[in-house]
Amino acid sequence: MTTRNSVDYKPFEPKVAGGRARAIPWLTVMAGSLMTIVPLIATIPILPPFGFVMLLAWRLLARYALRPWAAAPLGLFDDLLSGQPLGSAVLLWSLAFVAIDMIEQRLVYRDFWQDWLIASGGIACCVIGGRFLGVRVGTHVDTVLLAQIVITMMLFPLAARIVATIERRRVQE
Amino acid sequence: MAPARDRRTGFSRRRQYGVFVGYVLAIAGAVVGAALLVVSTFNPPAFAGARMGVAGLTAPVSSGLAWVVGGVAAVPEAIGTYFFVRQENVALRREREQTRALLMRARTIAYDNRRLRSLLKVRDRIAEPVVTARLVSSSASSGRRFALLNAGRWSGVRPGMAVRGPDGLVGRVVETGPNAARVMLLTDGDSIVPIRRTRDGLPAIAVGRGDGMLDVRSVNATNVKFNAGDLFVTSGVGGLYSPGIPVARVMTAGADSVMARTFANPDTFDFAVVEPGFMPVPPPRALAPSDNSAK
Repeated sequence: MTTRNSVDYKPFEPKVAGGRARAIPWLTVMAGSLMTIVPLIATIPILPPFGFVMLLAWRLLARYALRPWAAAPLGLFDDLLSGQPLGSAVLLWSLAFVAIDMIEQRLVYRDFWQDWLIASGGIACCVIGGRFLGVRVGTHVDTVLLAQIVITMMLFPLAARIVATIERRRVQE
Repeated sequence: MAPARDRRTGFSRRRQYGVFVGYVLAIAGAVVGAALLVVSTFNPPAFAGARMGVAGLTAPVSSGLAWVVGGVAAVPEAIGTYFFVRQENVALRREREQTRALLMRARTIAYDNRRLRSLLKVRDRIAEPVVTARLVSSSASSGRRFALLNAGRWSGVRPGMAVRGPDGLVGRVVETGPNAARVMLLTDGDSIVPIRRTRDGLPAIAVGRGDGMLDVRSVNATNVKFNAGDLFVTSGVGGLYSPGIPVARVMTAGADSVMARTFANPDTFDFAVVEPGFMPVPPPRALAPSDNSAK
């Protein structure tokens, strides 16, 4: 499985099946973004950015499940649903992908705890970035956003579990 | 996890270029995002079409979910009311006794009011509701406070219309799609509503704080005292909201700028009434007739 997660040219290696298996990571991230359609009129930002957590989990656990450029179109879909100004998730998610790539080049060995740490940094940066891109500076949302960041960080292991389950079955197919 | 030794692309030109193009596209994504952000900052309704297109698909789903959730939530409530129906009956009877006198006085006042108004020849502008719909979902993951209404252009909803709930003002329509509309709630940081105090007509504005509360600020006087419990209704200034819709109640006493709580607590079970602008913006005046038409 580790050999499969590589761009090394291995002509005899069985490839990940096309079609459905390629679409599943995209669909799970979009499903995360679609969590904002739950019938709930929130007075404070209480819902974590599920789409971004799923994106981070896929990127950190199964690197080649998503193309390096996948962050931008997925971010566009999230922007259409989240209420943020269009372009904020496109920008922040793409930057998160680039940042994770740079961290990956320097960090040689890493396990789940490092993944969680990287994801936590990404979540904090994206939520705070989204706050300054979307909301007026004088607005009183900062305390709630801290809570939102913590909740989102706590969700990463769950997302990682979901991704691991899907990935195991996806590669078997 | 073992180190990712996958940056090696070997001697295959095809793979080298493939990886390189992947990174170029990743950076390009960020650049495109920044460009979109600049456009949507300086021209917020630029992508309303795309947003409301997606909303048109999600709003019916949210409506269905809200209906299911409402049905499930009604079960324990129904059981609870069944058990407490006797106590409730007693309480309601007592309340009716207490409010009867008040009701009589209110009827007298209403009659007097109508009579005096007709003496003064005041012409009331009564806003006919455009449509009654429900708020079905909201931007719960963002710092902005938008809600989605399950009625749109097909029902006559247009941007700028006021949305009120059973208890008070909810917000106003900012974008419309064919079957859905995006409502900016009162508590959004960008929402400003002209209001007046019910007690003495003191003009003020209600500015959203983003945390579910409002800031009530006096407009044309300094060192204005606000007491806890002061009630504010829309004043009709600006012509967007018709006057007299309950907006906010002050929570803590203070001067010039105090925190207030909204009357309407929008949720998916209540109806939202869309009302047209109180004093709609007049259509642009036709240009001076040219010489040809004069002849």
